[in-house]
Amino acid sequence: MNTNVRLESAPSVAVVPANPSYRSRLRLNLRLRMGLTILAIFAIGSFTLPFFTDVNPSEQGAYMKNLPISIKHLLGTNSQGQDIFWFLVFAIRNSLILGVAVSLCVTTIATLVGLSAGYIGGWFERVVMLITDSFITIPVFPILIVLGALVRGRTSFWVVGLLLVIFGWAWGARTIRSMALSIREREFINMARFSGASTFDIILKEIFPYVYAYIVVGFINTILFAINTEAALAVIGLSKVETPTLGSIIFWALNYNAMFIGQYTWIVAPVVATVLLFLGLFLTSTGYNELYAARRGHS
Amino acid sequence: MGLIQYIAARVGVYLFVLFIGITVTFFLPRLMPSDPIENYIAQLQNQAGQSMDPEDVAELRASLSELYGLEGSLFSQYVGFLKRVFLTFDFGPSFSSFPRPVTEFILVALPWTLGLLIMTTLIAWTLGNSIGLLAGFFHNKRTATMLEVVGVVLYPIPYYILALVFILVLAYVFPIFPISTTIRPGPLNFEKVKMILYNSALPALTLVTAGFGWNILSMKSLSFSTKQEAFVNFARLKGVPPRTIMTSYVFRNALLPQVTALALSMGTIFNGALLTEILFSYPGLGLLMRSAVGSGDYNMLYGTITMTIIAVATATLIIDLIYPFLDPRIRYR
Repeated sequence: MNTNVRLESAPSVAVVPANPSYRSRLRLNLRLRMGLTILAIFAIGSFTLPFFTDVNPSEQGAYMKNLPISIKHLLGTNSQGQDIFWFLVFAIRNSLILGVAVSLCVTTIATLVGLSAGYIGGWFERVVMLITDSFITIPVFPILIVLGALVRGRTSFWVVGLLLVIFGWAWGARTIRSMALSIREREFINMARFSGASTFDIILKEIFPYVYAYIVVGFINTILFAINTEAALAVIGLSKVETPTLGSIIFWALNYNAMFIGQYTWIVAPVVATVLLFLGLFLTSTGYNELYAARRGHS
Repeated sequence: MGLIQYIAARVGVYLFVLFIGITVTFFLPRLMPSDPIENYIAQLQNQAGQSMDPEDVAELRASLSELYGLEGSLFSQYVGFLKRVFLTFDFGPSFSSFPRPVTEFILVALPWTLGLLIMTTLIAWTLGNSIGLLAGFFHNKRTATMLEVVGVVLYPIPYYILALVFILVLAYVFPIFPISTTIRPGPLNFEKVKMILYNSALPALTLVTAGFGWNILSMKSLSFSTKQEAFVNFARLKGVPPRTIMTSYVFRNALLPQVTALALSMGTIFNGALLTEILFSYPGLGLLMRSAVGSGDYNMLYGTITMTIIAVATATLIIDLIYPFLDPRIRYR
């Protein structure tokens, strides 16, 4: 696999000096590098740090209230006697787990639906795309608000994830289908068909390698979507706010008027963390996208 | 003939989307392990402080079922719901301010949401596309790169974070704008318009900032690739002034995917607007929805959610119908 990629990239490297966008390629790789660095720090930090503590971040009154920033409490403690730093670490970890889990399911569904609709075509495609377009048009957030209201208190963190899967697959399916459509017309697909390959084989072995780069990009974007939507629900108190996530920490900060009592770290820290994490995800997805396009010589 | 077919196809999709949306709204809550009527009764019992007679409870349950159209089989409820929504646009009375119908509240809140949304979407779209066009057309200038960086940084920031940052900076640290919206009732005069604008400034700023990053990025890459096409080269060699090339050649063509993208992202834009309204207590559909959640007002919830689905689908339909007039190549499909 790796050698293939290198072989493919070889001719495009030779052309590079004549190509005016050489500088922009370097910049795009910078994007990918920055994005991956941010993500690595967040992922490694939030998954390993919890092993070094026996703190339950949600426990109230574990420490003195309203302590300032110190070595012992890196971001101070809040008005509920919780350590802000540890709460944030667990919040980032939980948000990442939710994002990756939701994105795995969403990407699988989107890939299956998109590839099959794009390749099989006919009435099957029309029906599937009509449903897909409806799911894109329907605003997800109000529906989640209603469901959040109905299951309030009894919901688990994973129910929220399941709802995100139900409403999150349509965008990816649409894009993958349009890519499959353009590939369907190419010669090597006919070649495979005439050689007696089955529909499933063609989708998996001939079309999938072409859309795989997009699937990776879509996967990262869906992580962003999932974390974002769960956090948005949590901020207005409609997710499982007892579980620390990037949204629930803001919910509690707003709920206890962190701004008015001057506890800026309580609200600023999650805001900064969210912005950095999302920037990291976004830089990684666009950086990867452009890198792949450059490798294939379509930059 | 082709135009009529195009319109018919769009309207068909529109009705189908409405149908799916309303069906999902109807069935999903019923699959959830929660019963609005039991919740409401529990809430009443809490308020009463002591448990009510079982007979009273049974009677209440029966009358509530009748009131909310929860009698009969699931299918007859469904047909009844569709009939009420599509034919009479009636969602029954509000729970929390009983006998006033839900529709009345929705009609009061709708202009606020639409006003805010239409204004901010237009501003964000126009501004973002103009900046993106400049950044893509003059792609090797340093300013263009900086504009792109602005887009990259702004785009992934979610609505609620932008809202919080604006509240923190422009309402709290520098108290220029109000923290939450307070509109005093009164006749519509100059003072009132000023008050509305002043109170809407922060929510509008949030929505514009959120919408604008994506427009910069996608317009930049679109205009950059359009600029390299043969017809643009031909125009340049023909001696068409650069300004005309930028507006009539590159912009006209790069605009089309942006219009399609706008239609497809109406749902996302609406999501953000509802959230922003909630965070700023702006008196639109979002706040109505949030307070309905707080008071367990299920009729209000169904009403507001159906209204948002109708609004988003209609906005998408309108953009789809405008599309053929913008496209210089094909009139209709």
